[in-house]
Formats: sequence, C-alpha cells, structure tokens
Amino acid sequence: MNANFLRNVFLKAFGLFILFNLVWALLNPSGLGKLSLYNVLFKGRERLPFGENPAESYNLSLYNLDAMLASHQINAGKKPDDEFRVIVIGDSSVWGTLLHPEETLAGLLDNRQLASPDGRAVRIYNLGYPTLSLTKDLMVLDALRVYEPDLILWLVTLESFRESEQLLSPIVANNLDRVHHLVTEFDVPLKLPDGRETFWQRTLIGQRRSLADLVRLQTYGVMWSATGIDQVYPEEFTPAARDLKADDSDPGFMPPNLRAEDVRLDLIDSGMKIARGTPIWIINEPILISKGLNSNIRYNFYYPRWAYDQYRTLLEEESRLRGWVYLDYWNLVPQEEFTNSAIHLTPVGERLLADQVQAEIINYLGKFK
Amino acid sequence: MSLIQLLILIGAAVVICTVGGFSRTTRLRLPLMLAFSVLAIFWLQPALPIRGLDFFLPTGMLILVLVSWGLTARPEERSIRLNLRPVVIIAGIVLALATTRLFSLKGIITPSRAPQLWVSLIVVVIFGVLFLLVSRFKHVSKTWLGVSTVGLILIFILLKFPMLTEAISSSLRGLTGQNTGAASSLDIRWLGFSYVAFRLIHTLRDRQSGRLPGVTLEEYFIYVLFFPAFTAGPIDRVERFITFLRAPSPFSVERIEQAGERLFVGIAKKFIVADLLAMMALNAYNAGQVQSAGWAWILLYAYAFQIFFDFSGYTDIAIGLAGIMGVQLPENFKRPYLQPNLTQFWNNWHMTLTQWFRAYFFNPLTRALRSAEKPVPMWVVLLITQMSTFVLIGLWHGISLNFIAWGTWHGLGLFLQNRYSDKVRPFSAWLAERPGLNKVSRVLSTLLTFHFVALGWVWFALPSIDLSLSTFSKLFGFGG
Repeated sequence: MNANFLRNVFLKAFGLFILFNLVWALLNPSGLGKLSLYNVLFKGRERLPFGENPAESYNLSLYNLDAMLASHQINAGKKPDDEFRVIVIGDSSVWGTLLHPEETLAGLLDNRQLASPDGRAVRIYNLGYPTLSLTKDLMVLDALRVYEPDLILWLVTLESFRESEQLLSPIVANNLDRVHHLVTEFDVPLKLPDGRETFWQRTLIGQRRSLADLVRLQTYGVMWSATGIDQVYPEEFTPAARDLKADDSDPGFMPPNLRAEDVRLDLIDSGMKIARGTPIWIINEPILISKGLNSNIRYNFYYPRWAYDQYRTLLEEESRLRGWVYLDYWNLVPQEEFTNSAIHLTPVGERLLADQVQAEIINYLGKFK
Repeated sequence: MSLIQLLILIGAAVVICTVGGFSRTTRLRLPLMLAFSVLAIFWLQPALPIRGLDFFLPTGMLILVLVSWGLTARPEERSIRLNLRPVVIIAGIVLALATTRLFSLKGIITPSRAPQLWVSLIVVVIFGVLFLLVSRFKHVSKTWLGVSTVGLILIFILLKFPMLTEAISSSLRGLTGQNTGAASSLDIRWLGFSYVAFRLIHTLRDRQSGRLPGVTLEEYFIYVLFFPAFTAGPIDRVERFITFLRAPSPFSVERIEQAGERLFVGIAKKFIVADLLAMMALNAYNAGQVQSAGWAWILLYAYAFQIFFDFSGYTDIAIGLAGIMGVQLPENFKRPYLQPNLTQFWNNWHMTLTQWFRAYFFNPLTRALRSAEKPVPMWVVLLITQMSTFVLIGLWHGISLNFIAWGTWHGLGLFLQNRYSDKVRPFSAWLAERPGLNKVSRVLSTLLTFHFVALGWVWFALPSIDLSLSTFSKLFGFGG
C-alpha cells in the first residue's frame, strides 16, 4: 500500500458520503419509521413513546409519528374480526402521567374485558400524548384511521383549545408536513408558518438526530419488554396547587368574556371530518376543583372560573348544535384525587372516570345486538 | 471521553506525527508529547465541587510523578541540564493554565476556573524546588522506594474507600469554606490516578530489583502521563515504552493506515456498540425492575458485552492514537469471551493489568510461600495466591463488598478450574486425539467460561450484595 492508495480511500469515502447524503435527501425515505422491532421482537408499547429521562424511563420523545405508532401494541397486526376497537386520544391525562399503563383510563377499561352483544371483545387502546393541542390530536386521528377504530374517545380540556398553543408543541412543530396535509385534505382552518424542510435538513446529516432517535426507540424496546416501565415514577412529586393566586386573568383569554375565536371549537369539527364517520365521543375531562385559597376566583392553576365556565357552555352548545356526542365529567373527581397537575388523576380518580365511561360504552354497545 | 475530545486528541497525535516526520522538527516530538499529555490531565479531569480541587489534583499528579522519577532515576540521568526542558514546559503549562482565569470565569482547558495566580506560582516554585532537590539525590535506599510504594497504595485506598473519601471531602470543604454537610465520596475523582499509580509502582519496584532502565525526566513523564493511555490504559512497561520514544516506528502509510483502522474500530466499539448496549445493560437501577429470568439474562449479556466493547474500544483508541505517533502500546484484549477456560480468559482480558499483578503480587507471593521454612502444600499456595490476587484486583476497582465478592468469584473459579484440569488431564489428552469431540468440548467449555464470567459481572455491576443475590435468584427463576 502507498500514499496514493490511502488518498484514494479517503477520496472515495468522501465521495460515497456525499452521494449517500444526496440520495437520502432525494429519496426522502419517510416510511422508515414504520419499520419496527416492536410487536415482533418486543411487546408493543401500551402508550405512545414519550419521555424526558430515557435512561430511567426506557422511553423517549421523538417526532416520527409513524415510528411512535409502529412501537404501539395497536400496530401488532390486522384488527381481528371479533374485536370492537376503541381508541382513546387526548393529552397527558389520557397518556397517564405518574400512572402505570394499566391504571390509565384505557388500561382500566381494557382490563374490564367488555364485550359487545354481537360477541366482539372490546379492546381499548391508549393513544394519548402529553401535549395540550387539538392539532396534535388531529394528527393522531388522521394517522390512526388505518387501525380501523369502531369508537374514538377524545378527551379534551380548555387548554387544548387555545389558539396560541395549536402549533407550538414539539410534536406538531416538527410535523408541519402532516399538518399541511390536514389543511389541504380536510380544510382544517390552521394558518401554517412559512418554511418547509430544506434540502440540507433532508440529508443524512440533517436527519442524524431523528435517525438516532429511531435506533434509540428500538433499543429501549428491550428495557420496556424486560421491565414494563415506560416512565419514571418518583416517590415524591410536587402536588398541583390548591391555594391559588387572587387573579382571574389568563394568559390567553381576556375577562370577562371568552371569545369564540380564542377557543378552537372548530378543530373538533375538523376531527369529525378526519375520522370519516367513525364515531367520536368528546369527553370534557375532569379538572381539579380546588377548595383552597382563592378557589372562589379560580378552579385551579390553569383556569379562572369565568373562563372555564364559559368554555363549558360554548362546548356544550356547539355539541348540541352539531350533534356531537358530548360527555362532561369536569367535576367528577374530588381535589384529593389529582396528582401533579390540575388534570392528572390518581388511580382512584381514573377509576371514577372509567366507571362513568364504561357505563356509556355498555349503553352504546347495546345497539349491536 | 466525548467524540469531540477524541477528535482533538487525534489532532494532537497528527501534529506530533507530522513534527516527527521531518528531520528539522523531529526534536520537537518529545516536548510536544509531554506538553499534550500534561494539558490532557487538566483538560480531561472532571469538574469537582470542591473549590480548586480539579486544578490541584492534576498538579499533585505532576508532583507525584516528579518525586517518583527522583526516587527511581539513575544518578547519570539526574543532571539539571539534561532535565531542565520538561520542567520548564510543565511549569509553563501550569502558569499558562493559571492565567486563563484572567480571561474567563469558567475554565479554559481546566474544568473550572483556575485558582489565583499567586497560588499557581507557589505550586510552580514547589515543583522547581523539588526538581532541584531530586536532581541532587545521590542514592535512594530501597526503604524509601518501599515507603513510596506504600504511600501510593495508601493514596489509592483513600480514593477508593467511600467513607474515607467522604471524610477527606468534608475536611477539604471545611478548608475552602464550603458546606461540609454536602460532602460526598464523589467529590474526589482523580482522573487517571489508578493507572498512574500502577506505572509509578512498576518503576519503583523495578528500581528496587535493579531492573529499571535509565529514563530521563521527560521520558518518565511521557511514560506515566501518555495521553492516549492516561485514562484507561493499557499499562505498558517503561523499558518497552521508551524504545518507541527513542526510536519511533518509522513513518509510513502502512503505520498510519493500521493506526487509523484501530481508531476506527475503537470508536465504533465504544461509541456505537458499547453505548447502545449500555441502554439495556444490567445496572443498579434496572436490576430490581426486570420482570422475568429470560430478560434478566438478556440484560446480563448486554452488560457483559457492553463492558467488553467499552473497554476494548478504549484500548483500540489508545493503540490507534499512539500508533499515529509511532508508539506501539501493548494489546489488552484478545477475544477473551472465546476462551475455553478461566485461565485463558484472564490471559486475554485486561492483559496488562493481569500481567502487572502477576509480576508484582502473584509471583512474589508464590515464591515467598514456596520458599517458606515450613512447606505449604501446592494447592494451598495456589488457593492463597489466586484468591488474594483477584480480591486485590477487585479492590482496585473500588473498596466495597461487591468487588471483594467479584474477586473471590474469580479467584475461586481459577483455583477450581486448575484443580479440575489436573484431575482430567488424561481425559483431555484422550480428547485431543479426537478432533470432532475436541471441538465440541471446546465449544462447551467456551460457553461455560463465558457464563461463569458473565455471572461474575453481577457482583461487579451492582452496588450491594443484597441486590446481587436477588439478581442471581431472578436469573435462575427464583426471584419475582
């Protein structure tokens, strides 16, 4: 071997590196996320991947929705004929912050092994994701159509309706092409920011982080299968505030009236279109109704009373007007059964909610005789 | 070590390689090696919460090395003129690092802001005075060499025994006016001390036995602090190492290509394979969470391979970096998990460490026991020497019951394997004449050896005996 050989090796390696990057950028293999070891080597996850401390939660936050869904147990195979499939979507209260998978609303309902009168087993899947944004829910709704749900439970709260929050969450901000698809395909009334993915961002180098996330997601499949753990369960946490500030203002809403344009009720309508006929129940999720200091002004850290009351009225009226199935459980759970947020329930709180929803589901199943 | 740090070290190695490749600049090769090595001990030292400690620990290391050289150098190598250059370089670097405090409130090269200039100046003066003193030594008695060895072992014990380390941390916090209640054994992490201590003890012991070659102060510093091997070995022997300092492997494309290949393989082993396996390897956190025996085995296998790829990856990186500079470091790993018995495993796992212990503990102890006035049966000699050697190797990793258990596991394993091999020698000879059966036997032996070693890692990976025992229960299907 001589210096020329070494030089040629370097030149060829450099050339191939450039070529691979160009080819990758041109082909833009967006379907890569659908390849998954979950449901093949590892058991499917019971909720979507999300985690800020991967080393301890064996879970991580990534932005590839295909990969997230591919890691979920719902992706285990074709929907069985004898299954009545219920999918629960929503925010962190659905995902189950501080709750084990079996303690979440979906987990509790699924373990109750309901069956429809026509003999189908009711299976309930948790596709919640810890972000308060209806736009995120629309993205999930669009993606889950392939899983052929028979019923969708869509848990919402006022925070998810804020105009200002719709595109801010990382999962939405990093999937603007999906949101763009919703806008063009379903006329979802959202104003997208300028700027599409650049060529540089599409190269291997530009996508190194998301590719590494895909590999890490697969690797954590070992730990998920080995331990069944997908989040950190601290022995102590800061409880949601019960004593509140003497302030009825809200960063997004101007008292005394909640303006219709500040609350994106129209996105619920878009959700109905995206679901293409699959029944959706809108469930106003329980909130912490504080009995502490200044609880006559605010319900909790999030909501001044005036804003939340008007939101409920607006949502109820809109549901009646448009014929949505609307279930309002806002005051179902006592303040003792909330954990670290005004929407995060304890296992007992989840059971209270599950009992109510179960009754509604059984009632609904009656029509399949 | 991060990839960025590694890239900078590769850059340093390339500079030294280039300088050494030209006759007009080749005389700068050793000074540059020394300068980069001294800079590296400050740069790689992790930041510590005790004020100034992350500056004084590397500085203390420089003083330790100087004193050790003073104790081991031959009279003809002690000339001030011959050794002034490294002293000037080291003093210059320490002062230059101290002046960085004028430019940044954080550390530049040093992990945190360097102490005040006058403090560093005092350190440099002490260093210079010590140099003048040691260069005047005419004769160093064997007692002093022995005392120095014991001193190094004592420092080692202080650093590895959590209760003592915490007490020292508390005292140092008191001295610097910091909260003594926050003292922790993690406050005192002296990067590279273990390996430096091995090299220093090697030179002190070889000086005692008269085997140590003549080494200048510059060569001695480079040998002990050589930046590719500073943090994770291998532990070279000084007589071997200095041959490459004095006559480096000639510059050739082949040399660079081989070094580059080792670097590439090492980086892939460490930063791809080992780091991925680390995400699923057995540790104190997940040992109690794993739900079934099958998955517990997978976590244990992941640990066994992670520790191998991590460690051997670092060795490959060290060998590659040194190779760029024309220095051949010794091998440290040769397919250890593919060995048919425990003796072979230890002949191929962290080879330079086991060679060190063999040379400075196992062999002398064996000789002492065999030449004892009252004869000791051979099997007792074997039991004592192997157990004590491996318990010591365990303690080198940390003074805790788990490392003692790990050492005992291997010491006992080696003893039993040795006795078993003696008993079945005729059968082994019979087997050797039957290639097919011999191959099957070798495969089974390799699997058995690997699993013995892998199970031993349970003691090593977990911090308490209780957790280790419950993990063993889980592995064999008795735990929840």
